[in-house]
Amino acid sequence: MPTLTYRDALNQALREEMQRDPGVFLLGEEVGVYQGAYKVSRGLLEEFGPMRVVDTPIAELGFAGVGVGAAMAGLRPVVEFMTWNFAVLALDQIVNSAAKILYESGGQVPIPIVFRGPNGAALQLAAQHSQAWESWLAHIPGLKVVAPATPADAKGLLKAAIRDDNPVIVLEGEMLYNTKGDVPEGEHVVPIGKADVKRAGTDVTLICHSKTVVPALKAAEQLQEQGVSAEVVDLRSLRPMDEESLVASVVKTNRCVVAEEGWPHCGIGAQVVDIIQREAFDSLDAPVLRVTQADVPMPYNKQLERAAKPSAEKIVAAARRVCYLD
Amino acid sequence: MATTVFMEALSPTMEEGRLVKWHKREGDAVKVGDTLAEVETDKAIMDLQARADGMLRQVSVAEGQTVPVGKEIAVIVAPGETVGAAPVAPAPAATTGSGKRETLKDSLTVAGNVATAPAPPPVAVAAIPAPTTADAAPIKASPLARRIAKEAGVDLKRLTGSGPGGRVIRRDLEGVAVGREAAPVAVPAPAATFPVSRVPSPERTGAPYEDVPLTQIRKTIAKRLAASLGPVPHYFLTTEVDMERAAEAREALNRELGDEGRISFNDIVVKAAALALTRHRACNAWFQDDHIRYWNEVHVGVAVAVEDGLITPVIRHADRKSLREIGLETHDLAQRARNRRLRPEEYTGSTFSVSNLGMFDIDQFTAVINPPEAAILAVGSVAQKPVVADGAILARRRMRLTLSCDHRVIDGATGAVFLKTLKQMLENPLAMLL
Repeated sequence: MPTLTYRDALNQALREEMQRDPGVFLLGEEVGVYQGAYKVSRGLLEEFGPMRVVDTPIAELGFAGVGVGAAMAGLRPVVEFMTWNFAVLALDQIVNSAAKILYESGGQVPIPIVFRGPNGAALQLAAQHSQAWESWLAHIPGLKVVAPATPADAKGLLKAAIRDDNPVIVLEGEMLYNTKGDVPEGEHVVPIGKADVKRAGTDVTLICHSKTVVPALKAAEQLQEQGVSAEVVDLRSLRPMDEESLVASVVKTNRCVVAEEGWPHCGIGAQVVDIIQREAFDSLDAPVLRVTQADVPMPYNKQLERAAKPSAEKIVAAARRVCYLD
Repeated sequence: MATTVFMEALSPTMEEGRLVKWHKREGDAVKVGDTLAEVETDKAIMDLQARADGMLRQVSVAEGQTVPVGKEIAVIVAPGETVGAAPVAPAPAATTGSGKRETLKDSLTVAGNVATAPAPPPVAVAAIPAPTTADAAPIKASPLARRIAKEAGVDLKRLTGSGPGGRVIRRDLEGVAVGREAAPVAVPAPAATFPVSRVPSPERTGAPYEDVPLTQIRKTIAKRLAASLGPVPHYFLTTEVDMERAAEAREALNRELGDEGRISFNDIVVKAAALALTRHRACNAWFQDDHIRYWNEVHVGVAVAVEDGLITPVIRHADRKSLREIGLETHDLAQRARNRRLRPEEYTGSTFSVSNLGMFDIDQFTAVINPPEAAILAVGSVAQKPVVADGAILARRRMRLTLSCDHRVIDGATGAVFLKTLKQMLENPLAMLL
C-alpha cells in the first residue's frame, strides 16, 4: 500500500472523484493557480481546467452561496475554506441554506455539497485563527460532519462526503497535512458514521477525533508503560456519531476519557458523555473525564498556547484518574 | 454545642429499640465512641455509642423502655454548657422506620457510623465529624460496582470503597467475588499436590497492585456461582457423623489394597452419598425453570481445586461403582483437571456434587450449589473429638457434613432425611453393601 501524506490523500480523493463524476468541481480561495493554500488541490487546475477548479474572491459567504446554488442545480461542489476560522463568515449559507433546503423543499431539492478546510489550532496563529468549530457544525440537523485523523481516513471520508447527497463538512487540520500513512489505492470509501478503534485496549477508552488522535495514541503508549491498557477510539464522524462503537468499547473497559480540541462548554465530548452515561451507565466504574482546550481564547504566547491545548500528558493524567490510580 | 443522642437504627430493619441498660448516667463525662447504653434491636443487643465528647444530660428514657428509632433520648453537652439552653435537633425520623431503609447502615458497620440528623445548623451537626454523617446518605458506588454487587448478591454496605470519598468501585468487589468462590473448592487427592494459592504470583514490578485479566475458567466460575447464590434460594443442613467405623474400614481396605491405590474418606463419602441418593431421588434432581428433572442415574461431581479456579469432574454412576473404582477414577480426573486435560463430558452432567475442604482442617462450611443441581454436600475434616456416650466421654473421629439445598426442589425435611440416611451409611459402612 502506498504511503501518502494527508494532503496528498485528499488530493487523490478529489482527483479520483472529479475523474469519476463530471459534476464534481472545486471552488475556493487560491485553489487553482496557487494550487491551494495548503497544496491540497495541486495539479487539479492543470488536469480539469478553470471550469472545474474555480478561484474565488475573498468572499466566503459569496462563494459558499455559489456552491449551494450549484448543488441545487444538480452539480456536486466541493467548497474549500482556507480555514474554518474564515468559514464563520459563510455560516448563513451553511446553516440556513445548505442544511435546510432539502427540508424546506419537502425533500425535493437535495444539496450534495462538501465544505472542507483545516480546523482548529495550528501553531501561534492566535485567538481568531486557532479555533475548533466542530461543535458548532455538528449541532445543526441537516449537516453531516466528519473529521479524519489519518491519510487513509482523509481519502476515504472525503470520497464518501463527495458522494453523499447531503451537505457534508470535512474538518481537516493544518498540523495533519504533512502526516504520512498507508493509503489504499483507488476505490477506498470510508462510510460516514463509523468510528474506528485505532488501538485496542482493556482498561480505559480514550475517545478522540482529528488532531487529538495523535496525543491519544501517544497517551496510550505511555499508559501501557504504566501498566494501563488503553483503547483509542477515533470518532471520525461527529454527525452522525457511531454510538454503538463507543458504547461497545466502554462496556468493555468500564472507564472513559474524551479528548477534543474544542472548548469544554457544550463540546463534542459533552455529546459523547451523554451517549455513554445513557447507554453504558451500568458499565461505568468512574465518571467520564474530558480533556479539552482551556476555556479561554487561544493565547499567542507559545508556552501559554501549549498549556491551553489538549496533550498526551493531560490525557494520561485523566486516564489515570478514571482508573483510580491517582 | 449540644449533641442530641437519638435512638439509632442499629440494624437495617430496626424500627424501635428497647433501652436495656444505661452505661453512662446523667452527668457522666463521655467521649466519642463510649458505649452510652445497650439497646435491644429486632435482632440483637447492640451498643449505642456517643457521637460527641461532653457530659450526658437530659436522659429521658428509662431502662426497659421501648422507643421508636429517631427519638431523642439524651443530650451530650460541652463542659460548662447550660443544659436547659441546649436546643434539641429534630430527630432523623425521615431516615428510619419509613420507606428509606436502603439508606440505613448494615448492623455490621454500626460502630462509629450511624445515621445522624440533617439538623439545621448550628445545632447538633457541628459536633459530629463530617464523614460519619455520610452514612445517612446513599451508598457511594460506581454504576458498575452496583451492577456487579447486585448480580453477585453482595451487600454494598458491607464494603469499604477505595474510590474518591469512599466510592465503591470495581476493584473493591474483586476480593469479595474471590471470597465467595472459595467455598466449594475441594480435592480428593493428597494434600501435597494442591495448588494452595490460586492467586498467580506476578513478577514484582513495584506497583501497588497488579490487574490480572480474568481467565476463562475464572470468568465461568464467577458467572456460574453468581448465578447460584443470587437466584437460587439456598438453605443449609449440618450434621456430625461418627467416622470411627468408616475409618476402620478404610484402614482395613487400604491395607488390603497395598500398592494398588488408596481409598480416601472422600471416596467413602462419594459412594455413600451416591447410594443415599438412590433412596432419596428428591435430592438427585435439576431445577429447570418450569420443571424439575429427577434423575434416575447418579452422577456425582467432585469439586477439584486447580490453578486459578475449580472444576467439578463427574463420577458417573457412582452408586454402581466400587470404592476402589471411585478412588482411582477420582484420582485420575483430579490429576487431569489440574493439567487442564479434561474433556467437557467429564465435567458436565453431574446430578449432585460433593465438595471437601477437610484436608484444610475446615470443620464445616457451606458450599454454593452448582446449578441446575438441587444440592451440594460440603465435607469437613475428620478429627478426634470428645463425645459423650453412655455417660462417658470418649474420643471419637467425627466429621461434619453440610448439605446446601435449593429450596425450590428440596424442602427442609426432605433434605434432612437424605442427610440422615447418609449419616447412617457412614456410621455403619457395612450398610453400603446392602
